[in-house]
Amino acid sequence: MATGESQTPDYQQRKWQNLRKLLERSGPFCHPDFEPSAEILDFIMNSCKVLIVGAGGLGCELLKDLALMGFKKIHIVDMDTIELSNLNRQFLFRKNDIGLSKAKCAVEFVNKRIPGCEATAHHCAIQDLDEGFYKQFHIVVCGLDSIVARRWLNGMLMSLLQYNDDRSLDQSTVIPLVDGGTEGFKGNARVILPGMSACIECTLDLYPPQKTFPLCTIANTPRLPEHCIEYVKVIQWAKENPWGTTTGLDGDDPQHVAWVYEKAQERALKYGIANVTYRLTQGVLKNIIPAVASTNAAIAAFCATEVFKLATSCCVNMNNYMVLNMADGVYTYTFSAEKSPDCVACSNNTQVMEIQAEATLQMIYDKLCEDQLYMMKSPGITTVINGRNKTLYMSSIKSIEERTRDNLKKKITDLGLYNGADILVADVTTPNTITIKLKFIENIDVEMSR
Amino acid sequence: MIKLFSLKQQKKDEEGTARAGGSQKKASAAQLRITKDLNELNLPKTCSTEFPDPDDLLNFKLIICPDEGFYRGGRFVFSFKVGPNYPHEPPKVKCETAVYHPNIDLEGNVCLNILREDWKPVLTVNSIVYGLQYLFLEPNPEDPLNKEAADVLQSNRRLFEQHVQRAMRGGYVGSLYFERCLK
Ligand SMILES: [Zn+2]
Repeated sequence: MATGESQTPDYQQRKWQNLRKLLERSGPFCHPDFEPSAEILDFIMNSCKVLIVGAGGLGCELLKDLALMGFKKIHIVDMDTIELSNLNRQFLFRKNDIGLSKAKCAVEFVNKRIPGCEATAHHCAIQDLDEGFYKQFHIVVCGLDSIVARRWLNGMLMSLLQYNDDRSLDQSTVIPLVDGGTEGFKGNARVILPGMSACIECTLDLYPPQKTFPLCTIANTPRLPEHCIEYVKVIQWAKENPWGTTTGLDGDDPQHVAWVYEKAQERALKYGIANVTYRLTQGVLKNIIPAVASTNAAIAAFCATEVFKLATSCCVNMNNYMVLNMADGVYTYTFSAEKSPDCVACSNNTQVMEIQAEATLQMIYDKLCEDQLYMMKSPGITTVINGRNKTLYMSSIKSIEERTRDNLKKKITDLGLYNGADILVADVTTPNTITIKLKFIENIDVEMSR
Repeated sequence: MIKLFSLKQQKKDEEGTARAGGSQKKASAAQLRITKDLNELNLPKTCSTEFPDPDDLLNFKLIICPDEGFYRGGRFVFSFKVGPNYPHEPPKVKCETAVYHPNIDLEGNVCLNILREDWKPVLTVNSIVYGLQYLFLEPNPEDPLNKEAADVLQSNRRLFEQHVQRAMRGGYVGSLYFERCLK
């Protein structure tokens, strides 16, 4: 630890005195189990590991907020590089940084500016990091603009959960997720306790669907500039393949955007539609809603406060979903999003099936249909082996049935299954695909012949 | 609310010390959902599916052979691509068979509301199959994608029927050539 014994520990420095008032005294809003102590600040500074996902508009704010709050062991992940248009709100970046990694630049800036901060950057996609990586964090806070990435991260945190033999959740495996999102003058912040409270997948309906126009409208009766751009994006690109059939439209490629812009203008002219601009083209292609710096700042502040509450227990967390609307005055509202009992991501529907190691897939299939526990009608069985999906047997689809029928006769170990492997079973009798963990038991015949 | 963890005592493992016994990668939410959709696929007798790779449930083909209406006797192949954001977003569906149809253009784009603006996560692959089947029974000239075909259907149903027949047998309708797609 510190080199000079005579030096005061950093958490006793004067600049933390306001935090210490929160952490070293009790109060009416404290968590019931809160025990005021000087060690809490030490924990924040020297032990608590927080992962920030995304180093964009929200991510820059989050990193600054958390670092100034005393968190030191912060990691931040983002695969993007800095663009000119980021600079107005992503304030940790400068003109010279254009083209460089967002995560790296953000970390460099903050570590230099805030003494003692030891932030670490990861310039990669969240999908490139594995379970072992995510497991090391106490709290994950996420400022993403993509639903796919959110769902992936949510799934990852759910997959880290472990359950006790009585199917109760092992709470030491819970890594809370604080999620922020903004769209123009609107935003939301929420606290997710994986396996305990509503997750991203439970509330997928809350995300507005991407705005789309009927295909026939954009093809034949365009009225809006967006219709013209959508037409080029959906129909004309595939027709003309300006960069060859293997090159898909990339909204980040300025040449592609310019091509779409030009064609959309031609189309707008034909139909007498005004206001097709380069900016709008970019917006439609990437589905961009203009980012507002103050919305990001507000939402990041909410998120950082929730992270602080989680880490210290000095205050009860919000329950659990907060919306902010600054379009007309300032309005906030917090409600409790409900956990869906049969959510595909967070409900512990894993069951355990005991089976002999020598068993064939047919024996599993029969068990699923005949065992009192399951009583299924026509279970479809799949699994994941080395990260790849594998269809073991599915009777309801003729072409798959024909090609997986032989699997029934095979030993399950020859199909790549092992003691502790999960199989995924879909059937009309359950609302969702369920996970069944195989537990190998000694074969009695083998036992006797010994 | 219960106290989640006593962080004071808790130090996290360093990176890389993954759970003992090798952990299995979990299937994605999209994968779990499509497995469920497909296992419960209840195809009308005019439809069948083909999976080029039975382990890949996210990419497959739907074949529709209408037994009534203008398109009776034809065989039409649709490709389905289910993305990682399913069911938040609908699958991408394209018609791979060239067809003279008011709601399907020659690039294979299909104008079906539930494939775009009216998609909802409660809908399933089955809903799309029925929607597509319906397009062959009741082509809708009100929402044209192939405007010429729509105009003909609206003004002269007999001529439209002849055009459909000619296209399905393989041949020209106007200046456009159609491959034979009769069963
Ligand atoms: Zn859930």
